Amino acid sequence: MAQVTPLAVRPTPVAASGFSHVSWAWAGVLPFFVFALMFLILPTGLLVVGGFQDAQGHFTLRNLLDLFTPTILSSYLISIKVSAASAIGGAFIGFFLAYAAIAGGLPPWVRSTLMTFSGVASNFAGVPLAFAFLATLGRTGLATALLIKIFRFNIYSAGFNLLSFAGLTLTYMYFQIPLMVLIMAPAIDGLKREWREASAILGAKGWQYWRYIALPILWPPVLGAALLLFANAFGAVATAYALTGSLLNIVTILLYAQIRGDVLHNQNLGYALALGMILITGLSNAAYIWLRGRSERWLR
Amino acid sequence: MLFGVLYFFVPLLGTFEFSLRYLRGVYSLEAYRIVLADPRFGATVTYSTALALATIVVGVVLVVPTAYWIQLRLPGLRPVVEFITLLPLVIPAIVLVFGYLRIYNSSSLLPLTGSERTTDLLLIFSYVTLALPYMYRAVDTGLRAIDVRSLTEAAQSLGAGWPMILFRVIFPNVRVAVLSGAFLTFAIVIGEFTMASLLDRPAFGPYLQLMGANRAYEPSALAIISFGITWACMGLIQVFGRGAHGQVAGAH
Repeated sequence: MAQVTPLAVRPTPVAASGFSHVSWAWAGVLPFFVFALMFLILPTGLLVVGGFQDAQGHFTLRNLLDLFTPTILSSYLISIKVSAASAIGGAFIGFFLAYAAIAGGLPPWVRSTLMTFSGVASNFAGVPLAFAFLATLGRTGLATALLIKIFRFNIYSAGFNLLSFAGLTLTYMYFQIPLMVLIMAPAIDGLKREWREASAILGAKGWQYWRYIALPILWPPVLGAALLLFANAFGAVATAYALTGSLLNIVTILLYAQIRGDVLHNQNLGYALALGMILITGLSNAAYIWLRGRSERWLR
Repeated sequence: MLFGVLYFFVPLLGTFEFSLRYLRGVYSLEAYRIVLADPRFGATVTYSTALALATIVVGVVLVVPTAYWIQLRLPGLRPVVEFITLLPLVIPAIVLVFGYLRIYNSSSLLPLTGSERTTDLLLIFSYVTLALPYMYRAVDTGLRAIDVRSLTEAAQSLGAGWPMILFRVIFPNVRVAVLSGAFLTFAIVIGEFTMASLLDRPAFGPYLQLMGANRAYEPSALAIISFGITWACMGLIQVFGRGAHGQVAGAH
């Protein structure tokens, strides 16, 4: 977005030199738009339309209203809760890790190690991640066993269960935290050292620097990144499915079951379920883009 | 910091320790031996690797000319194209594949799910879609770092045609960016579960899930192997991509 694009969608510099030239220029991006139409826009659009139709293809709002039945509503709520908890937790911890490594005065190798590891860990998701947590915090996992052995503390008798809201949130944070580190690194880099020095010269204390300078600049990217993490967790299927099977009633698993075997006994209700998911991830991404625009004013 | 180190290393350690427990009482590599000897392991890894390579080829052929053309001739379209490439991050993978199953089912105009070969093709296209945000970002960063216009005009004045310019001039100049996009794509595709499972293809992700549901120690060995693959991909990006930075994170 760094480049200046004053005239948004006008067929550009060559437009003046004649019609044949214009169509030539457009032909260059045609394959991309055909691809986007076939594999992004039409499939999604068709689901959205399907959400508003009954089995005979007539317009109806019935499906959308049916989303508010207890089972479906609770699956949305659990999904939102897990995604929000893992996004907030991931954003907090990820931000402090990134800040400590970049601006915290640690040796430079800490930063490069953290960034490389974050690249790996944020991609280490899905089925293998679920296996890793089962082997660690499952009933016979290493951490569970060690805690019993050393501290005589059984997390399972204390009420913890990996196959639950808390367990899933903890597992999701394994890819949320590194993702936050990767997203926040450029923003923290953008915090100029001079700002801190200037505020110190003017007599500001540490908390005043944070309250009046760092936070007003950083809150849009931090909140924006948290929204991105939220959408990221909200659409996740594989980790949850491999971890809990269909024990935990989150919306992606419900949709998975619906696609597999029409468990809702209504195709169009399935489309409405998908529509609801697009709405939620769409809203959080739109807010992210808006906040990113705000933060780019300062962080260049 | 200590908390972070613990949180990230204990699960890896736990998985590794668990994977060695196959024989009662002693640590052994038995679980790995069994996994590697399983013909389905070889078959699914080969299948997913082939699919990943095809995805990379299709993705590069789609993204490089588009990003190049946008940069050179249609800079006004850049926001539109950027928005489209970000859509796969907005629309969850499971919703996309649901759409594909509706639009390309066996009784539709374009019955891609009709036979196994065409379903493979559909799966490749779905993976290209999943990788689109990362591939486009990587290539676009690479293209911005070079002077596309001068290179093109120089090549043109020497009499090169468009294919020549693309493959002999532009492509070698963004090789590093393309490679980092390619490894990231590989890391995303190799263990992908949702799309492969719902399109019913024998990929590595669904195999992992199946093992997880039926076995005790082998899944840990598989998780360690997958972690090794992801690590290798990211390591290769670091090796090739020094200097060029894109966002490095995939689909979950």
